[in-house]
Amino acid sequence: MNRSFDLKALLAESGVGAVLDELDRELVGLAPVKLRIREIASLLVVEKARAELGVAGTRPSLHMCFTGNPGTGKTTVAMRMATILHRLGHVRRGHLVAVTRDDLVGQYIGHTAPKTKEVLKRAMGGVLFIDEAYYLYRPENERDYGQEAIEILMQVMENQRDDLVVIFAGYKGRMDTFFQSNPGLASRVAHHIDFPDYSVAELEAIALRMVAALGLELSASARQALGEYLQLRRERPNFANARSLRNALDRARLRQARRLLEAGSVDARMLTTIEAEDIRASRVFEAADASPPAEEATC
Amino acid sequence: MRITQGTFSFLPDLTDEQIGKQVEYAFQQHWAVSIEYTDDPHPRNVYWEMWGMPMFDLKDAAGVLAELRECRKAHADCYIKVNAFDPARGFETMRLSFIAHRPPEEARYRLRREECEGRLLRYTLERA
Repeated sequence: MNRSFDLKALLAESGVGAVLDELDRELVGLAPVKLRIREIASLLVVEKARAELGVAGTRPSLHMCFTGNPGTGKTTVAMRMATILHRLGHVRRGHLVAVTRDDLVGQYIGHTAPKTKEVLKRAMGGVLFIDEAYYLYRPENERDYGQEAIEILMQVMENQRDDLVVIFAGYKGRMDTFFQSNPGLASRVAHHIDFPDYSVAELEAIALRMVAALGLELSASARQALGEYLQLRRERPNFANARSLRNALDRARLRQARRLLEAGSVDARMLTTIEAEDIRASRVFEAADASPPAEEATC
Repeated sequence: MRITQGTFSFLPDLTDEQIGKQVEYAFQQHWAVSIEYTDDPHPRNVYWEMWGMPMFDLKDAAGVLAELRECRKAHADCYIKVNAFDPARGFETMRLSFIAHRPPEEARYRLRREECEGRLLRYTLERA
């Protein structure tokens, strides 16, 4: 029984290395998340080797919880997760079913169970992604049907572990209270992964990719303006990391389009370049200029 | 008497694994799978009870098998069949239908002979 295993080869054979590298390449930052995903991938490869050896272990429970602020890439990573788990042979199909409270909880007595089961059936063989999962549980209303959905979910998570992986996602604080009030659920979720906020440098790197994906580019001065913009925007309320960045870029595109139309005739370079003035026209800069006196007034 | 209707009915009963494979095939063809049951498997009875809605946009047979297990638990003394509906234009009909569960004691039918006017004989199947 002294067979030796080339785990690296096993990893390469599953093709998951490529997905992991892609993850590293295409997603900026998120170091703790990537590390955790690598660990999970390694675990599955090792389990595979053990299974080939005939050491029958139970299949690891891979239900996960993604916590983090808005726009930190939870959904994006969940999509990748489905592919990774499929390549490693943990789920059979590798599709992702993304749902929220509305898709699980019914509107009248007896409506919730069939609705939740319907969603679970659709997700079987793949990954069920429950966004803003804490809405499922509403302690202020004891007759809320969310509890019923949670119970069905728990039952399937336990009994049909081979058939699907459930990923919960939401903001950190509210997910913590959600799990505290549903200890049964908390104990069935093995992996809690926290998504950190992006730094300004990471957001800038993301911006360059977003702009490149749109077939545009930022001029050097625009790049600097964007850096300043991000610095200011982060301090303001409702900052949603990459999502705020995308919105800002969309607005910059609008301003660029208006500027180009006003200019009349343009060349190819102008058509594909976002200038500093497109970004500096943002309200965020105005507010920054205006805010010191405003603060003095309130103090 | 062993009831034979639908696909595979002259073969031994399918195991759950085999049923799963058939369902996977149906999904590959983009057919919608549904489960029906009845206590009256007369060949002329086309109205079987539906067990839940037909299962559209499923990707994996596990969902169907879970429903089938539930249905077996609730209606162990009934016949249960798995249907696959092809929505493609030109077909729009059942493409596959097979019995997935039989009661421990099968339904029995006898042939009834009836004499009508002018020495005419009519035959019909009747539940024994």
